[in-house]
This record gives sequence, structure tokens and C-alpha cells, in this order.
Amino acid sequence: MLSIFTDLASLLVYTLAGLSAESRLGQSLHFFVEDTTKIFFLLVVMIYSIALLRASLNVEKVRDFLANRHKFVGYVSGSLFGAITPFCSCSSIPVFLGFTSAGIPVGITMAFLLTSPLINEVAVLLLFSLVGWKVTVLYVAVGLVVGIVCGLILDLLHAERLLQPFAYKAYQNAGRMDPQRGTPAALSLQQRHAFARQELMDILSRVWKWVFIGVGLGAALHGFVPEAWFEQYLGSGQWWSVPMAVLVGVPLYSNATGVIPVMESLLLKGLPLGTTMAFCMSTVAASFPEFILLKQVMQWKLLAIIFLMLLLAFTLVGWALNVIYLF
Amino acid sequence: MIQVKVLGSGCSKCVKTAALIESVASSCGIPVQVEKEASPQVMMQFGVMRTPAVVVDGTLVHAGSIPETAAVKAWLGGR
Repeated sequence: MLSIFTDLASLLVYTLAGLSAESRLGQSLHFFVEDTTKIFFLLVVMIYSIALLRASLNVEKVRDFLANRHKFVGYVSGSLFGAITPFCSCSSIPVFLGFTSAGIPVGITMAFLLTSPLINEVAVLLLFSLVGWKVTVLYVAVGLVVGIVCGLILDLLHAERLLQPFAYKAYQNAGRMDPQRGTPAALSLQQRHAFARQELMDILSRVWKWVFIGVGLGAALHGFVPEAWFEQYLGSGQWWSVPMAVLVGVPLYSNATGVIPVMESLLLKGLPLGTTMAFCMSTVAASFPEFILLKQVMQWKLLAIIFLMLLLAFTLVGWALNVIYLF
Repeated sequence: MIQVKVLGSGCSKCVKTAALIESVASSCGIPVQVEKEASPQVMMQFGVMRTPAVVVDGTLVHAGSIPETAAVKAWLGGR
């Protein structure tokens, strides 16, 4: 079904614009047209329909669910809810505090917050349509496991002691104060439609530029960087290429929407899966702007621990995938 | 004078929310004082997890989006 976008791009770039399918510019432009049209079509259709379904899910419900769980169930469901709950990164501080003051352990809250930027419906959709279901499943699995394991380790380290004092106090006093809660009524179809339309506009206005940037970079890589270059330098999965990819990803900041077209292009060039995955996840999840925000509720030491833990996790994942795929 | 607080980290939606409330109030001739509040402690105190949130005279009335104009009128006029 999606091959219609390949045909559309061929028609526009090769037939109408008269560029050669052999030329670098032709290949780049074809990649760009095919991916942008496909991505925007999928975004509109899928964000709307998924939003219809999950209109009644919100962070308050997730909090109430997580507050009463056994710890281990908590990490898994925290990570899962991070993947499916609609939530914008400018709310991460209030969400963190809301969870903490409800007595949810820091590890479970962080499992939620770390998984959230990595996995969302837009990312899964793009991965599925651009790089196929195998990589999609792997990406989702890795994202969930990283969230769960990091959460678990944070609780083993008693991370709550490294929160800012007011947040630690709120955690200890959990249950004693009862913040005002909304009483959610069942949603009518019309309310769901209104929510889905709002959600669609919100997400589109946030990600459209990332689509162009990401696809633009992917297209440039696709047309202008020779495959031989990748093969010679990075193609055989040299061990140091994974930590390097993670470190290169840190100062680059993008959300999942922008990085997936780049991922597609890197994989097409023959960059090993583990290296590619490590690079992309580090770009999305280990971003300085978001970490600086968390400083409001955490001490530097805890921030550093989480950051290093993420870098280590992505490196290990990259190595593991490279080893599995090279043999 | 109605005291309005807009709770949020200072993202564009919070700025728009504050501007909306001010413009609704001035078009209806209602005196208000709109304040932006970015402190995490205050958000926690009101149990707010989605921003922007709106507090009118000490009561939380809204969270999670830029409010509708009709809702703003109701908060300001319904007293």
C-alpha cells in the first residue's frame, strides 16, 4: 500500500523534473519526496485514530494505577505507560513531582520518563513504515528494557535520597496530603473527536520541522555519502564505533520523529544495526535540555548517574545487537 | 480584583494561556491580575501534572491545555 509514495516520488522527481535515477541529486530528492509525503500522510491518519482510542488515558490515571502496584510490576507498567501515554516534555517536571508525591518510587517514575521520548505511536509508526517490523519490534523492546533496568537500578541505589530536599520530603509524606483530583466522566464520541483533533494539531505543530530536518539529513546521506565510506570505516562493527556513536548522539538533539529517517538512511548504507540503534537512542533520550530541566527536582549527582547509566545502556545494547547480527 | 495564576514551565502554551486570559478579561471589563508561576513546588501543591494549569483565586480550575475562551469567561464572570 505504501509503495504509492515511491511511485509518486518517481513521477515527480524522475518523470516531471527530469532528474536521472542514477544521479546523486536525483536519489536524494527521491528519498526526500517519498519519505516526507509518506510520513505526513501516516502522521495525520495514525495520530488521529490512536488519539481517538486513548482519549481517556492521562497521566493522572497512570499515577493512580502505579501508586498501588508491587514494585516489580511497577517498572514494567511504568515503562509501558511511558510508551503509550500522551505527554509533552514541558510537563516532565510536574509529572515527576505528581508521581513522587503520590509515593511512587523514583525508579518507576524514571522508567516512565525515560521510555516516554523513546517510544511513542509516531516513532513506532515511522519505524514500521521505513525500516520494517523486525527493527520496530527490536527498537520497542530495547526501549522498554532500558527504561525498566534503569528504573530498577535507581531504586537499588535509593535514588530518592538524591532528590532536591522538597521533592524527597513530598515522597516521604506521600499519602498524607490529598491533592485535588478531577473526576473523569466517560467520554462521548464528540469529545473523543475534539481531543483527537487537538492532539493531531499539537503533535503536528511540534514535529513537522523535525520531519523535514530528519528526512533532509537522511536524503543527503543517501545521495551524497558513498557506501564505500561507511563500509570502510564503520561497516564491520568495530567495537569503538558503538560508544563513539552514542557520544556523537549526545550533543545532537532530536525527537524520535526526526531521527528515524536518518536511521533508515544509515541502515541502507550498511551501518550495522547496533551502531545505528545506539546512535539514534542516544540522540533522542540523552538530551541536555531535558536533563537540565530535571535539575529542578534532582541533585547533580543523581542527574549524572542517570545520564551515565543511559550512555552505558545504549552502548551495551549496540554491542549486543552488533554481535548478534554479525554472526 | 481577581487573582489568576498560570502554572507552567514557561513554554509557549503557558504564555498563550496567560495572554488569552488577559485579553478576555479586558474585553469584558473585568479587573484581573494574571501571574505566571513556574515554581515546581507550587505545581505540586495544587497536584498539577499537566501544564498549562490555571488557578483562579486559589482554586485550580483547569490543567493540560490552552483553555477555551468560553471557559475563561465562565471563570472570570461566574462570581
